[in-house]
Amino acid sequence: MTTPLLQMKGIGKSFGANRVLQDVHLDLFAGEVHILAGENGAGKSTLINILGGVHQDYEGQILLDGTARQFKSVLEAARHGIAVIHQELSLVNTLSVADNLFLGREVCRWSWLQRTSMLAQARQWLAALDLDIDVTCPVEQYPVGIRQMIEICKALSLQSRIMVMDEPTSALTEPESQRLFGLIDTLKQRGVGIIYITHKMEEIYRIGDRITVLRDGQAIGTARSHLLPQDTLVTWMVGRTIQEQFPNHAPHTGEVCLQARHFTVPDPDRRGACVVDHVNLAVHAGEIVGVAGLQGSGNSALLNGLFGTFGRRVQGDVQINGRPYTAFSPGHSIARGMALVTNDRKTTGLIASMNIIQNVTLASLKAFCEGGFLQPKAERRAAAQQSRALNLKASSLNEDMDCLSGGNQQKVVLAKWLETRPRILLLDDPCRGVDIGAKHEIYELMTRLCTEGVAIVLVSSEMPELLCMSDRILVMHRGQVTLALNRDEATQEKILYAALGKRNNA
Amino acid sequence: MKDLKTPGRPWTSSPSARALGALVAVLLLGALFNAEGAFFKWGTHRDMLRAVSVFGILACGMTGVIISGGIDLSVGSILALASVTFSLLTIHWHWAAPWAVLACLGVGMACGLCSGALVAKAKMQPFIATLAMMVFARGLAKWVTGGEKISQAVKQSDGTFAYVDLPPLFKWIDSRILYDNISVVTLVFLTCLLLCWVLLNKLRAGRYIYAVGGNEEAARLSGVPVGLIRIVTYGVSGLCCAVAGMCQACQEYQGDPEAGAGYELSAIAMVVIGGTSLNGGKGSIWLTLIGVLTIGYLDKILSINAVGEDKRLMLTGIIVVAAVLLQKSRR
Ligand SMILES: Nc1ncnc2c1ncn2[C@@H]1O[C@H](COP(=O)(O)OP(=O)(O)OP(=O)(O)O)[C@@H](O)[C@H]1O
Ligand SMILES: [Mg+2]
Repeated sequence: MTTPLLQMKGIGKSFGANRVLQDVHLDLFAGEVHILAGENGAGKSTLINILGGVHQDYEGQILLDGTARQFKSVLEAARHGIAVIHQELSLVNTLSVADNLFLGREVCRWSWLQRTSMLAQARQWLAALDLDIDVTCPVEQYPVGIRQMIEICKALSLQSRIMVMDEPTSALTEPESQRLFGLIDTLKQRGVGIIYITHKMEEIYRIGDRITVLRDGQAIGTARSHLLPQDTLVTWMVGRTIQEQFPNHAPHTGEVCLQARHFTVPDPDRRGACVVDHVNLAVHAGEIVGVAGLQGSGNSALLNGLFGTFGRRVQGDVQINGRPYTAFSPGHSIARGMALVTNDRKTTGLIASMNIIQNVTLASLKAFCEGGFLQPKAERRAAAQQSRALNLKASSLNEDMDCLSGGNQQKVVLAKWLETRPRILLLDDPCRGVDIGAKHEIYELMTRLCTEGVAIVLVSSEMPELLCMSDRILVMHRGQVTLALNRDEATQEKILYAALGKRNNA
Repeated sequence: MKDLKTPGRPWTSSPSARALGALVAVLLLGALFNAEGAFFKWGTHRDMLRAVSVFGILACGMTGVIISGGIDLSVGSILALASVTFSLLTIHWHWAAPWAVLACLGVGMACGLCSGALVAKAKMQPFIATLAMMVFARGLAKWVTGGEKISQAVKQSDGTFAYVDLPPLFKWIDSRILYDNISVVTLVFLTCLLLCWVLLNKLRAGRYIYAVGGNEEAARLSGVPVGLIRIVTYGVSGLCCAVAGMCQACQEYQGDPEAGAGYELSAIAMVVIGGTSLNGGKGSIWLTLIGVLTIGYLDKILSINAVGEDKRLMLTGIIVVAAVLLQKSRR
């Protein structure tokens, strides 16, 4: 046997009294993709943070090519050839794409920046992922999906021997993920070892060579992926079996709840252009309408526009329960029973400096006040109830957001919006980074809300989710709806075809 | 206070414990250099509290502004404006005390609301908006008084000075109560502290202040009236300035248009030494109290040991840095 590229032996880690990793073993050979799977809060990100030099106080040993190493910083880990794509985006939003790619290792000659050379290299790396964007634009102008691609590019450009990817596709659409997988295949041939964390089953089997499952901080087992059937894998992950990923969902279509005609959202950066272009939409009570589309196709912008994120810049007539709605501010929308789960929990979903209770009650705080005075007991009760319903994993409700794992943060965002008891629920990738057990609960929750007459609009980067949950699917391309399908007509091919902007002649 | 602590982390890493650490260190310093026992007399502590109260009141208002992610540079100038307005109304124009107090509060709040509107509605940087207010309010204070101090000596039309009696309110605010054990200004400070605590910890508006400072965009999307909340924080800061200005006038028996220069920096320092983050979203009014006491004791210890002005300034600089580092190291 060759020595593994990387061995992690008996890794343990605690945050204060909270033990999150216990005697975990992991090894990685050159040219393999090692999947790390497990529920939210199982300790996956913590494990790779230890590898990447983020945490220094851990037990156990890390061996690179058989020699023990102890990284004192992120920089040192990078110098030993470890590149990490973190779960939460870590780009500097105000810097340009190229500056972000070369942050910390700028191309210099006598400490003068070599701009042209950096721009050229940046374009080259982006081209490898078929990403056609302006490298001189600040990163903040791009949607999360593109930002995630930039982050991937940044890690690729380090040309490391060990790549760690923590849910890199959580905000990517199907074609983009496929491109990444193509790239992963070439990396494998070059002998790069890849540790890959994901909650998506198809991915695990598409790219994984071996799988290690973590549960409650312990390694449950490691197996070759073709020898590990999906049921066993799920049982390893959640400790029980899940029969049906998607609940049986019968539509309960009632009155029209939300109707938009010629709804248009102008592009703030280009005059005359639109991100959402004369879209007509009608959502009935008890119905789930899926909106498919690639990054920048306008599906997120549609939800945000309806919710009032862009204020009154939007055009077109919108009716809620038959009454015209023109105020277009988040506050007004919430008062009219709308809720929007945004697709980027870090920048638009959570308040990192507040604890779980405060985040959960933020959007419905009026209900927890008497004469302007907060009612802490009522708040705690509501938060406890929501966290039980969503199976939130946290050592206490007073925990700050940055102590939660990514998936659990997402659950807090969901809890916040469910607490407003919405009649119209706009979901922009609600299951981003959520484990399969919890996804199942969220899908059941959506079905239950439907029976109660809530209207749901669902944007998702995951095709199976869209196909199985939606009663109708609209496909958007460049701001326009190019295809509308009923549940029984919808197939992955038709949707992708329309999303790529090809006219369907059939 | 209990929400500040997170289970699973050692209590020493909670912000209040870290801030208390700095205060205790300063107190130990005082016990060591006690100027022949002067440090152990209650009178020393009482005088320290009296001296620090005006700054403390400013720091109360500043805390809300900083937690919401802003900064208020205009507090010193608004203090001066309030102090001359108060003196003018009561000494020269013989207004009854309640009306004069209300008018002063109105002036202070108007200034605060003005900066708030500039920040929230005109989308100006808080630094610039309040810098403008700082200059403007100072100018206004000078214009109102013609650049003179407003005191008991009232200039008559024939150029001579007539001495008028000070209104009783001046004497009362400058006095001590409870058998001479505590100054009235200190009680005013503690009242402000309590009111700000209610605002920040008990009211919905307070939660919104934290939310806006923590993540403005997420707060806005959760239906928080971000603009209004910003305006409120500056308005409250303006109110505190007015209260501080009146106290200052009473302590000095006059309204000085030059008063309060540089006070904004002291107030900010007190808030930050307590551990409230200048990035917004984190902090509390109790941390500010600890910060106020830390700086207050530092000053007092240096003065009872008769350290000269030059060395005092240098030492203060060094000790402030040490206090902040002390907090950081245990994170
Ligand atoms: N900085 C921290 N301080 C305290 N506790 C933390 C911290 N970071 C993580 N934890 C805790 O450690 C546990 C493991 O978290 P981790 O982020 O590794 O989970 P994960 O497996 O990556 O989950 P997910 O799939 O949701 O991303 C969680 O229970 C979390 O509450
Ligand atoms: Mg994670």
